[in-house]
Amino acid sequence: MSVPDTGIAPIAAPPPVRRRIPMWWWAVVLLGVLALLSLLEVITDANDLTSSGTIRATLIATTPILLAALGGLWSERAGVVNIGLEGMMILGTFGAAWWAYEYGAWVGVVGAIIFGALGGLLHAIATVIFGVDHIVSGVAINIIALGATQYLAAITFTGLKGGGPTQSPPLPDLPALTIEPLADALGDLEDQNIFLVSEIAAVLRALVNDLSIMVVIALLLVFVTWFLLWRTPFGLRLRSCGESPVAAETLGVNVLRYKFVAVLISGGLAGLGGCFLAMVASSSYRDGQTGNRGYIGLAAMIFGNWRPGGALAGSGLFGYTETLGLRQGGSSVHALLLAIAAIALAFAMWQLRKANRVALIGGGAAIVVGLPLTYVLGDALKEGFDGEGWVLLGLLVAATVVLVLLRRHEQFAAVLLVLVGLAFGLLYFSIDEVPGDFTRMTPYLVTLLVLAFAAQRLRMPAADGQIYRKGTAG
Amino acid sequence: MNIRLLRLGLGMVAPFLALLISFGIISLILIAAGDPVGAVWDQILQWPERRNLSNIIDKTTIFYLSGIAVAIGFRMNLFNIGVEGQFLVAALVAAVVGGEAWVSGYFNTALAIIAGMIAGALYAGIAGVLRAYRGVSEVISTIMLNSVAVGLTAYLLRQFKGPQPEGSFIVTTKQLPESSWIPNISIGEGAATEIYGFIYIAVFVGLAYWFLINKTRFGFDLRATGQSMTAAVASGINTKRMIVTAMLLSGGFAGLVGLPYIFGEYHSYGSTFPAGLGFTGIAVALIGRNHPIGVALGAFLFAFLDEQTNALQIVAGVSPEIVKIMQGVILLTVVIAYEVVRRFGVRIEQQMVSRELERARTAGPTPPAADEKEVAR
Repeated sequence: MSVPDTGIAPIAAPPPVRRRIPMWWWAVVLLGVLALLSLLEVITDANDLTSSGTIRATLIATTPILLAALGGLWSERAGVVNIGLEGMMILGTFGAAWWAYEYGAWVGVVGAIIFGALGGLLHAIATVIFGVDHIVSGVAINIIALGATQYLAAITFTGLKGGGPTQSPPLPDLPALTIEPLADALGDLEDQNIFLVSEIAAVLRALVNDLSIMVVIALLLVFVTWFLLWRTPFGLRLRSCGESPVAAETLGVNVLRYKFVAVLISGGLAGLGGCFLAMVASSSYRDGQTGNRGYIGLAAMIFGNWRPGGALAGSGLFGYTETLGLRQGGSSVHALLLAIAAIALAFAMWQLRKANRVALIGGGAAIVVGLPLTYVLGDALKEGFDGEGWVLLGLLVAATVVLVLLRRHEQFAAVLLVLVGLAFGLLYFSIDEVPGDFTRMTPYLVTLLVLAFAAQRLRMPAADGQIYRKGTAG
Repeated sequence: MNIRLLRLGLGMVAPFLALLISFGIISLILIAAGDPVGAVWDQILQWPERRNLSNIIDKTTIFYLSGIAVAIGFRMNLFNIGVEGQFLVAALVAAVVGGEAWVSGYFNTALAIIAGMIAGALYAGIAGVLRAYRGVSEVISTIMLNSVAVGLTAYLLRQFKGPQPEGSFIVTTKQLPESSWIPNISIGEGAATEIYGFIYIAVFVGLAYWFLINKTRFGFDLRATGQSMTAAVASGINTKRMIVTAMLLSGGFAGLVGLPYIFGEYHSYGSTFPAGLGFTGIAVALIGRNHPIGVALGAFLFAFLDEQTNALQIVAGVSPEIVKIMQGVILLTVVIAYEVVRRFGVRIEQQMVSRELERARTAGPTPPAADEKEVAR
């Protein structure tokens, strides 16, 4: 939305050749992140950033978001915006609980998929057949799904042992994988606290110790989604419906059918995410269990640039920040502030690397002078809020003035990044711990922050969210 | 037949038709779940008692404010899903400012209301700026801001908590001085039949909304931007600024949503402050098609259903959660009906136009025949 569509196609410049990122690059990035986190543990007083407990909890927190993100990916790749993911997830929690209680764990998984797909069916009927605005329909589905689930749960679970109108009885477990000797060995390695080695051991340990089968399935689904959508004729046609339905129809693709199927699959995946919440992340259905994870999944997918791997990365980020907020949140999120400051400043310099020398030196100087200043000021702020408060206010005003003055400058984004980085640095130095109310906000704030700086580089399917009517081609 | 009249007629019929259809769907659901259908409808469709009526009117007031806040965004194709968070933040700020009572009497009331509106506007403005200047979808950002608002208000409430009665677990802000309350209006006997005086402000908001959207240059720009970003840019409208302004306005009105409670009932903001009003506003605005009177009708319908289903558990042994299904189904069928009717109207219009053209062609020297496809668009 950055450039208003003037309706006149600009003379197309040849698209910049983008190197394909090789697979091993992901491993490098993961290692880099781990190294950064263990460095952070050394510098700050946080000590729970990379424990195997944290990693394990991260996997648990990531999976439902990931499944919702994949659901969003399927429907948006076919051009249907699906904000009803939240509702379909809610339906999934109920479907899982009901059928798992009645017929056993695996039937519960099937039930969740079917209930989620029912939500998808509703969305498909409204948007694909009747051409209702996608977001309107999604909002309606969220309302219906919440009501339907609460109503059905009250009918189904009231009077059962351990159940009630807002809670199901305890559900049977899904199998989990453990490789005992390996887990023990890795546990020993983790306890020795060797820089980076222990962190890698912690990650591997989380993968071989009590790993739920559903986590494995979700990770496999990332691959399956990628393969189906990008390596098969079916996927090509489905994506063509999201890019240019008119062209697709001209070539004989039944656009409406593909959209319909995509939204059904989307609902099924969201339902599976609900199943994970009810059966793996906890052991029963509870009212309000999804906690906006459907929406976060959507954001993760957008952050992941409408790609499966990106969706995985986005979900991982949100899963990790959510976990940090819940486990020793005060110190962990506090350490995260420093990381955000460092990343923002590094990105600013990265953006300035091609700028003219004045801008580069200016940016560097701002960071070199700014950082010690934030440290001194932050330390003073810890003591009290008297004179320093006025300095703070002055700095805020100065920052605003700088932003307004440079708002048309080509390096505005870099300037903004420097200021954001310094602000987070100041925040880090001025408090010892992040209060509990704020640690719980971490995933949402990180979403906003990340989208604010990444949204302009993303490219959504060209016809995403547009209503398509059969027979408008040619 | 006049096309405008036809459209208007269809537009009026659609929601009622949709209402009937959704009643049918709900009945089917009730039958499938084995609940007594007759008893449920008896309870819901009976004439409310005075006491219930006052509750319905109060809720209508609140839903209406929420619906108008959402509608402003909708007129510009902005989905402000964040009314929920905006009204929470605004209610807290209004309660704190009102509780401090820097000025006396109704000056304090006015100050608190304005502070609340500004807080709501600024909170919505974050999403507006992100959308206009950073390209972040306002749908996602407002949803995130809703979740942030829950934590933020909880934190701020603890910072600004007032003196608490002994043994109370509910944390609240300082009580508003009695001189700043907005007096309730009696519609019957006793305190249970009073309605919020805030209803006057709600009516005024409706008028202001109507005037702003339909009678001002700004409203024209807003609608133009909403209908076609391209046309708006071409006619020199600064669309980025429009996005931010529209979000500020929407958030400002959203700031009013919780205030009837503050000035008419609780007189403070507490940890048990009602939530979920923002989401109802979305539904209400959609059902009312963003028209000030339509939104009022939608708000009344939702308030009516809310209140009438309260007693379902006692009367018919049916979980009152059915009301949410009912509201959702009504919303979905109503928007589907609007869309179906719109397409139907377009088709009739096309036929009329082509008939006229046909007649013109056979009658006289041919005017350039319009391509039917062009008319369709």
